[in-house]
Amino acid sequence: MSKSNVSMTVNGKAVSAEVESRTLLIHYLRENLSLTGAHIGCETSHCGACTVDIDGKSVKSCTIFAIQAAGAHVLTIEGMANADGTLHVLQEAFREMHGLQCGFCTPGMITRAHRLLQESPNPTEAEIRMGISGNLCRCTGYQNIVKAIQYAAARINGVEYKEAAE
Amino acid sequence: MIPGTFDYHRPTELSEAIGLLGRLDADARVIAGGHSLIPMMKLRLAAPSHLIDLAAIAELKGVRVEGAEIVIGAMTTQHEIIADEILATRAPILKEAALQIADPQVRYVGTLGGNVANGDPGNDMPALMMALDAHFVLSGPKGDRSVAARKYYNGPYDTAALPGEILTAVRFQAPAAGHGYAYEKLKRKVGDYATAAAAVVLTVSAGQIATCSIALTNVGDTALEAAAAAQAVVGSTLDKASLAQAVAAAEAITAPAADGRGSAEYRTKMAGVMTARALRRAFARATA
Repeated sequence: MSKSNVSMTVNGKAVSAEVESRTLLIHYLRENLSLTGAHIGCETSHCGACTVDIDGKSVKSCTIFAIQAAGAHVLTIEGMANADGTLHVLQEAFREMHGLQCGFCTPGMITRAHRLLQESPNPTEAEIRMGISGNLCRCTGYQNIVKAIQYAAARINGVEYKEAAE
Repeated sequence: MIPGTFDYHRPTELSEAIGLLGRLDADARVIAGGHSLIPMMKLRLAAPSHLIDLAAIAELKGVRVEGAEIVIGAMTTQHEIIADEILATRAPILKEAALQIADPQVRYVGTLGGNVANGDPGNDMPALMMALDAHFVLSGPKGDRSVAARKYYNGPYDTAALPGEILTAVRFQAPAAGHGYAYEKLKRKVGDYATAAAAVVLTVSAGQIATCSIALTNVGDTALEAAAAAQAVVGSTLDKASLAQAVAAAEAITAPAADGRGSAEYRTKMAGVMTARALRRAFARATA
């Protein structure tokens, strides 16, 4: 099977690799670029652990061929931190609010939450829950993930985070 | 879960895509959002030798109004449907249904054309298109032809599209201003296919239902137009007796499979419940 050169921009950096047309984007990221932040969970487009941002859309990278993303701008968890190495506000929020336990779903959760907050900077709790409905977490019960996203939204909007009364 | 090998094509013109489909092996497939096809390829239930990606063909994208008709390009995504201003005012049932399809990530990529062309009885848009009496535009080497959604589906994954044809657009008459609509879907969890679902589009005149169409999702080999159920409520004020008649008529045309979503009997009953809920909500909207 012939390979072809697939180029794109990942986390602001031009990259390319020789891959088969059947190579899925998740494998291109993990195996060709050694970017192992996006995880392979279910491989059936249910769990969202492989979520990355492609040209401003949250996409499950297990269900798109790398060649389909040729020329695109891709953002993975590795590209989230600030240029000076400090954590992105969402990463910090997940740490502060205990939004992760085992951490397997976290890269997908954070890249998805990033796009959600870009589109809806001040989401309600219900909007957050619907917004991350394509990302499964088997540890947290989602409660602290929702809080982390609320916390990050408050920080981005420059307001004080107030935890809703239980 | 690695798909079989294939050659990838990314035409930028529709004519080029039709040409490729005619010239390449018989098992060449077009790919839209790929969220049905790629999982099938991973399971090796599909193993096309060539994939013709429609993503770069600009003319297949977007929503426009042509006279009394609304035309939606086949490559318009569910996410774009949800955000579209024309649809939000002229045919809001599309947004209501699209929001109940899969999850945000899938909706960014999944397309209307893929959803209706695939012939999966679990997909939500076919019933909606039946309720709207939409027509599908099939483009092939001999030009375009139009097939009514209500005549398009022969069985699971078996449609009226001929080899070499690509479903390129969906067209329907914009429902009358002030019409009532609802898409009621019972599902076990976000992202699930319907246990049963019902689409209703109706108009009300002087307190009575003047026109009505109903279609059902995932309770038969294809989406089902429930014409007798719709007829049962036309001329009524959606009183208890006509509603019960419509529910019975809807239940009568179902033939669901028993699966993890429930027994056949349960799913038939749920088709009735969804029909009743959708009728009530559509009627309330039209009379609000």
